[in-house]
Amino acid sequence: MEKPVIATASLAGCFGCHMSLLDIDERILDLIELVDFNKSPINDIKEFARECDIGLIEGGCCLDENVHVLKDFRNHCRILVSVGECAIMGGLPAMRNGISVRECLEEAYLNGPSVRNYNENKILPNDEELPVLLNRVYPCHEVVKIDYFLPGCPPDADLLWRALTALLNNRKMDLPYEVFKFD
Amino acid sequence: MEESISSILDRYNHDVYRLMDILIDVQSDQGFIGDQAIARIAEDLGISKADVEQTRSFYHFFSKKPTGKYSIYLNTSVNACMMGRDAVARTFEVEAGIPFNSVTRDGLIGLFDTSCIGMSDQEPAAIINGKIFPNLTPFRVKELIRDIRAGKSMEELVVEGYGDGQNSNPDIRAVVSNNIRKIGPVLDPDYKPGEVIRKKLPAMTPQQVIDEMKRSNIRGRGGAGFPTGMKWEICRKTESDEKYIICNADEGEPGTFKDRVILTERPKLLLEGMVVAAYAIGARQGILYIRHEYKYLKIYLEKLIEGAHKRNLMGKNIAGIEGFDFDVRIQFGAGSYVCGEESALIESAEGKRGEPRDKPPFPVEKGYLDKPTVVNNVETFCSAVKVLLNGADWYRSFGTTDSTGTKVLSISGDCRYPGVYEVEWGFSVNDICGMAGADDVIAVQVGGPSGSLVGPSDFDRILCYADLSTGGSLIIFNHTRDLLQDVVLNFTSFFIEESCGSCSTCRIMPVILRNKLLKILNARGAKSDISEMLEWAAILKASRCGLGQTAANPIITSIQNFRHLYDQKVRGEVRYDSGFDLTQATQEAIAATGRYTAVD
Amino acid sequence: MADLNNFTIDGLKCLAREGTSIIDAARQNDQFIPTLCNLEGVPPKGACRVCTVRVNGKLMTACTAKISQGMEIENQTEELNEMRKSIVEMLFVEGNHFCPSCEKSGECELQALAYRFEMTVPRYPYFYPKRNIDASHPRIVKDHNRCILCKRCVRAIKDEKGRSIFAFLDRGFETRIYLDPDLAGQLTEERARKAVEVCPVGAIMPRGEGFKTPIGRRKYDRHPIGSDM
Repeated sequence: MEKPVIATASLAGCFGCHMSLLDIDERILDLIELVDFNKSPINDIKEFARECDIGLIEGGCCLDENVHVLKDFRNHCRILVSVGECAIMGGLPAMRNGISVRECLEEAYLNGPSVRNYNENKILPNDEELPVLLNRVYPCHEVVKIDYFLPGCPPDADLLWRALTALLNNRKMDLPYEVFKFD
Repeated sequence: MEESISSILDRYNHDVYRLMDILIDVQSDQGFIGDQAIARIAEDLGISKADVEQTRSFYHFFSKKPTGKYSIYLNTSVNACMMGRDAVARTFEVEAGIPFNSVTRDGLIGLFDTSCIGMSDQEPAAIINGKIFPNLTPFRVKELIRDIRAGKSMEELVVEGYGDGQNSNPDIRAVVSNNIRKIGPVLDPDYKPGEVIRKKLPAMTPQQVIDEMKRSNIRGRGGAGFPTGMKWEICRKTESDEKYIICNADEGEPGTFKDRVILTERPKLLLEGMVVAAYAIGARQGILYIRHEYKYLKIYLEKLIEGAHKRNLMGKNIAGIEGFDFDVRIQFGAGSYVCGEESALIESAEGKRGEPRDKPPFPVEKGYLDKPTVVNNVETFCSAVKVLLNGADWYRSFGTTDSTGTKVLSISGDCRYPGVYEVEWGFSVNDICGMAGADDVIAVQVGGPSGSLVGPSDFDRILCYADLSTGGSLIIFNHTRDLLQDVVLNFTSFFIEESCGSCSTCRIMPVILRNKLLKILNARGAKSDISEMLEWAAILKASRCGLGQTAANPIITSIQNFRHLYDQKVRGEVRYDSGFDLTQATQEAIAATGRYTAVD
Repeated sequence: MADLNNFTIDGLKCLAREGTSIIDAARQNDQFIPTLCNLEGVPPKGACRVCTVRVNGKLMTACTAKISQGMEIENQTEELNEMRKSIVEMLFVEGNHFCPSCEKSGECELQALAYRFEMTVPRYPYFYPKRNIDASHPRIVKDHNRCILCKRCVRAIKDEKGRSIFAFLDRGFETRIYLDPDLAGQLTEERARKAVEVCPVGAIMPRGEGFKTPIGRRKYDRHPIGSDM
């Protein structure tokens, strides 16, 4: 029997949720037995080589590139899961949501103490190759349909393990109180 | 400034419960209520600036910044929009050279939006320094701004001539028309003021008055329909050293204006009704709470109250009844729809934010200043006088068994004869349309935004408490109207503007629903959005007051009765659409960095 | 005793003094009714609507309604808990609730209720309102991002003359807490501490202090709110 396939990505995240996935200790060996990984930083596959059963998304959408990756995941994954606070509500990057993009860029490239004296030509990076900032950070489900949400910053390794095995075995997810947290 | 605030504070005896009046006078005297005034008031009344600020900031007509030598408040209601508000508003902006909700640099003109001002039969209308300017056109707006710039006085701005009936009374002088189209017991011009007080009351005990009211089966005319006799009886039986009568003349439901007409043409009937109620429950003090928009009636009504005192229809030992003392003071609101809810009205009359109270206790047990209080609608008091004059049997000969008597309706919208109609309960929606000369009707809003939007299949339904209950607002729409865009969106925005913000449900949910509606109107809606709106709106039932509980009615009733309009707007094949728009989301960054290529 | 009333909560026979609020009466009978705005000893306001119960079939807030003889109260029903959950979700999207960076996390009543109701994500879109942090006062920091407008500070904290220090400003969706420019600066240590204590979320925090309790030992780390009943 073919193993279920998982894909993962970190959008506007810190890779902490991926770290938490690796934090399931020796159960990682069970996981390898249970599933194959396709597109994921874990195996460094850059493009979808096949349709996947589960996509795990860390981070929200902060750039146009995040949106493209997220839509790519939606198109290739049967089940899409928002993992962690950033994917669910924007998280730390979304703290810029009350500030205009121009102000953010000016602070980062023109006015901030570390750049103030170095950007003599007052250039805001505008190379066509660079991804474009969105007007605010969007939670993943405000861009595409998301099927499940696993909160936490990062989600507890146990929570991830339980959720994954439940999904793989077509069971209802149980979310034990001790590991169901937003921080 | 210091001097005038002092005299204002003196005028209200430095009474913290009169904070509304103090703020109203400061606002009208100085054109704004600034930090200095707030500090002075706080110090004088022995409260904190925060205490003053929480009341000040609640009301639409209180402003912390100057609102201009000529402050223009243009109505945003559905009726105003239907009758050409957009062009009028644009002309105001172009001529004044400023956008709405700002003041010209020279401080001459301020332009502001405002919720329904009770002129739905003569829209678009604006209030300029308290004076009403109805039936505005772009042409008229140009004239107005030109005359304002030329330094003309408020009186000189009027070129229309004053309205019919008492609108031309020297104490009113308003460019407002009554538009009375059908009279009945309440609007009957053949009324002899004081007859009931003089001839009936002395021969009756308070309990007999209440019994007659109960026998007449009259119910509250504000919309909720609580039996009036029972209300008076409960209040009478609640023991207290002091009791109050309050008349709710804060009609703010968009499309309603009948109290305006009664206050103009039958105010003595209303005041007599308050005296009758005071006799029945044993009150010595009454408050006539009138919406700020009708402040142009102030002097006229104050003089009538004075006159009633002179004729012993108010004051001490009224009509010779030993120990029957009663006086009425007028309390103006300051721009807040929710104050039409009786407990919010009481809070407001006590000088506070108009936040409704949780019930029980009801005002009849614990009302104004925590004393038993009867709050009735203008029309209820008027009807009560007629019940006593002609007897309960006579009264019951009007209307249906369940809904006795008559109802004064405010009819507006797409009809030839907008105005005030006093009809017996039991009329159908079809009758109403026929009466008002509306023959192209796709929908009628019955009972204002908090009521129902009904379509032709419901036009034979009957206006009464048991079927289509209404406080009297009926707005008619013809086929040129986009019901979702012109009506439902406008009403939903109205509820958002007027929420007091105290309940989480009513503060937040209408905003969520409006965004969802906009998503559908912007062609990004999916079928699931419609069902979600219905599901989500249910939470509003947990709100404290009627405003919150009905805030989703425009959306709910339009989905129920005009589902096809929603179905047309959503894309049937799409199961899910987040509404996310990449082009729009990247615009800001592209502009900021000067990149030219748009992202795909 | 003559003034004791019989009533039921979810069919369970209960007893309380006449005139007790339903929420207090429930607590006395070991029944948990969730709330975010009610506070013992402070006049109730019915602001959050989370304690909504059905009293003889009618929706009412348990903090403002009083017990009377024979009342039948529905509390832990699917309908009511779903309602409460959706209110909690609304409050999450109304403000900016970044739990991972909040000093109150683990001890926050809003978060605790979200845990109790297993809120994985609010069903409503986030508003991300632009709000300020007011750190201009000597003893407290008022973070408007986290404020849920429960009015606890407004009701519980007055100065010695009974004047308001915290108040509501504006109305509707624009409502926010206003700090009296004079009195907030003069808050006594005791009142400042009380203001921090009464705030159910991290909207009023003490200056120069935060993340005092280690993760794992905070109030709601191990047991859901209300599990002491």
